[in-house]
Amino acid sequence: MLTAFLILWPALAALLVLLVKGQGAKKVAFAAALVELVAGIWAWVNFDPNQTSPQFLLHLPWVESAGIAFKVGMDGISLLMVLLTVFLMPLIILASFKNDYEKPSSFFALILFMQTGLIGVFTSLDAFLFYFFWEVALIPIYFIAALWGGANRIKVTFKFFIYTVFGSLFMLAAFVYLYFQTPGTHSSEEVAFYQLVLDSGTQSWLFWFLFIAFAIKMPVFPFHTWQPDTYAEAPAAGTMLLSGIMLKMGVYGVLRWLLPVVPLGVSQWADVALVLSIIGIIYGAIIAIRQQDMKRLVAFSSISHVGLIAAGLFTLNEQGLQGVMIQMLSHGVNVVGLFFIIDIIQRRTGTREIAALGGITQNAPFLTVCFMVLLLGAVALPLTNGFVGEFLLLMGVFRYEAWMGAVAGITIILGAVYMLRMFQRVMFGEKNEITQGFTDLTFTEKAVLVPLVVMVFWIGLAPNTFLKLSEPAVLNLLEVIKR
Amino acid sequence: MTSIILLSIFGIVNLFLGFMKSKKALLPIVLVFLLVVLGATVYDWGLNQSFFQNMLTVDNFTVGFTAVMVLSTIFILPFSRRYVVNEEPNLAEYYTLMMFSLVGGIMMVGYENLLMLFLGIEIMSIPMYVLAGSDKRNILSNEAAMKYFLMGSFFTGIILFGMALIYGATGHFDLVDIANVANTLDPNMVPLLLMGILLILIGITFKIGAAPFHFWTPDVYEGTPTLFTGYMSTVVKTAGIAAFYKLMNVAFPAVYDEWFPTVVAITVLTLLVGNIGAVAQTSMKRMLAYSSISHAGYLLMALAAFNDRSENAILFYSLAYSVATIAAFGVLKYVADERGSDDYSAFNGLGKTNPLLAFVMTVSMLSLAGIPLTGGFFGKLFLFSAALEKDMLWLIVVAILMSAVGIYYYFRVIIAMYMKEPAGERVAVDSFATFTLIALVFLTVIMGVVPGLFSNLL
Repeated sequence: MLTAFLILWPALAALLVLLVKGQGAKKVAFAAALVELVAGIWAWVNFDPNQTSPQFLLHLPWVESAGIAFKVGMDGISLLMVLLTVFLMPLIILASFKNDYEKPSSFFALILFMQTGLIGVFTSLDAFLFYFFWEVALIPIYFIAALWGGANRIKVTFKFFIYTVFGSLFMLAAFVYLYFQTPGTHSSEEVAFYQLVLDSGTQSWLFWFLFIAFAIKMPVFPFHTWQPDTYAEAPAAGTMLLSGIMLKMGVYGVLRWLLPVVPLGVSQWADVALVLSIIGIIYGAIIAIRQQDMKRLVAFSSISHVGLIAAGLFTLNEQGLQGVMIQMLSHGVNVVGLFFIIDIIQRRTGTREIAALGGITQNAPFLTVCFMVLLLGAVALPLTNGFVGEFLLLMGVFRYEAWMGAVAGITIILGAVYMLRMFQRVMFGEKNEITQGFTDLTFTEKAVLVPLVVMVFWIGLAPNTFLKLSEPAVLNLLEVIKR
Repeated sequence: MTSIILLSIFGIVNLFLGFMKSKKALLPIVLVFLLVVLGATVYDWGLNQSFFQNMLTVDNFTVGFTAVMVLSTIFILPFSRRYVVNEEPNLAEYYTLMMFSLVGGIMMVGYENLLMLFLGIEIMSIPMYVLAGSDKRNILSNEAAMKYFLMGSFFTGIILFGMALIYGATGHFDLVDIANVANTLDPNMVPLLLMGILLILIGITFKIGAAPFHFWTPDVYEGTPTLFTGYMSTVVKTAGIAAFYKLMNVAFPAVYDEWFPTVVAITVLTLLVGNIGAVAQTSMKRMLAYSSISHAGYLLMALAAFNDRSENAILFYSLAYSVATIAAFGVLKYVADERGSDDYSAFNGLGKTNPLLAFVMTVSMLSLAGIPLTGGFFGKLFLFSAALEKDMLWLIVVAILMSAVGIYYYFRVIIAMYMKEPAGERVAVDSFATFTLIALVFLTVIMGVVPGLFSNLL
């Protein structure tokens, strides 16, 4: 029931928010997200980390004739993703408090509606249900980005939408195919898919059908072309949702529906997937160095970081996969924080151009500290969250193939280059006209950034809090893959 | 059978009602008639009875598709409010023609004999020729009627020719008898039979607006008054595809291998022509015409797959498609009447001026595009399932590519409504139509959330 509550509550709250006129909508939305956070923490407290089978299970018949069940539950991997979602959601809503969006009730209702889709994706144990929520999550973000985004938003979000739907239709076809391979009266449940024994030729093409869907969402090179534009054009909250949580749907999809379902396909194509991921790492980083717009810079850096996560996925060893888990959390925390800071700077100065800014530190020490911490997390400084994740990931890749690990490792150096350069040029130096009257963080802004900063250190100093949650599930996953 | 009798009686009664001074009562009366017919239809559920020396049967297949058609008509009629308000002199005739056309549609799903199929096609089509030209002062409407009539008669002739050849080969008009003979046919007769099947196939392909005999669709849709276009693209298509499926399922399963390549070729061609054609349109009405071609293609996928999933998949998809299409045509009618254009640009800013209309349109576009939470998603899922059970993966890939193309033109409407500046004032919509639109959205979402209610009826 708890899982069902986590899924349905935001949707109900969204309907409620729609009825609230004016600026009260954001408060209701925030309160609803806090309730969801409490429910998520409740799940965490009551979760038994030693059990590998899904907990808080709810299994209801849905479309019986087609063998589709409403089966939801959480193992360690799901729980971490749910925790990330419920943790970031109130912060993202809070971060939008200051932006005067037109029709706030629709805006916040869509954000909550999206949370239903996201939690649904992370907890579905039925392939068609997963697909259902996968698309449900897409519709609100399309409207958020296309209605409240920048000047070029229509074209950009359109491209994003067609891109992702195109990918997910292939996933749907693969799911339908797999469904027919299950014995007896057919089933689309996760366990039924895991037990399938398919020949390697079939798995080979199934791999691509599934991989394209997930790769577009993450995005992995060369399926990334929608991403920088969409991130740049979407409103701040939209960018945070996309980068902080939504791209994790792709990673999660690989963990849940690609690796264990078509292990032979994975073993055939893992090298290709890894090489694509590593190209993405280097490519994203190099382009990030050249960016003049802060938001685009972080967008490209995200391609680089996600490339490393994607590489970790296909190493198929414990370090790699645990690295994926922890780095998903870290990346979510860091990137949401960074995009929020960019939004603060843009709101105060009216620009995101790196060259136009400078000297903000002098007026805004609190902002500087938060920015610095999140940035160091992003460049993987030891004691921060990014370090734990990237260390495990690189170790995983290195164990898979030494030279790949070595090349992927360049990301840390390049990351430091573009991040620190941006920080230096935006925050230090002389004040200019537009940064002259820069004010430090308000209470609301602190309320968003402080929890993120705390998380940077929490994950960095005590990663085991989270790693131990996912460990049994990851080991179990590896066993399923190697069966 | 009861539904045919009732509709015929009501149709005639309705003609007399046309003599009334005020036309105001007509619409409610017709709706009551149709609700009675719907009730009578559903009452026959589970019945298995044949009539007229086995010319016509009432079974769940007949009842299911009849219900979809009657329901569609019930949903279409409230959009004729403007005719009522304007005291359109021929209103009773319009309603009556639709009812008579429905009779033909029901015969097309209940037939057991090729003659009955032919009668059904004619009874359904002739009123449609008239309705296509009912906007007498509009030259496009005249053109549509002329085109539809000439083409339609021509293709009915082809169907008739096909039936004659089948009779020549098998000596029967009865579907079951044809099937029996076709199983053990004299090899010399096989070409005759196949030729007959091909000709019928061509004729029905025309009726459901599938490629390569789709060319009349955009012009006729455009010229026909929107109310009847909605009818044409839902009821007529449902009847056509159901008749097509029944013909192949009952009479010609034995020669599946012979007709399969043709049907599959038509399917692929229809998907391509419909979707790619729709992209190029600037008129929303023409876009919906091409979209209806493409949906004929999706429906044909299930026929090409031809297995135990096909029947339910076709029924579910017909309902989901009809509901979404009627909503789209309903909104289009109001917007086009008010703003004097059926281009995409007429929809600009509708989200600001008429949030409800825009929402209804959005849901129906999402459903037609096959996005979850709407009936269209499960419709596509069931069709894909039918095709994949037959291992037609390549066909699914084509359908996927074309679905992605579909998203392009369906979303253009959504973009126009929400992201452009309003093209005019608020569009006035009467409460009757509003209620219907809400009901249509509700049904679409119900089909998208609990598809089990409708997915396994047959």
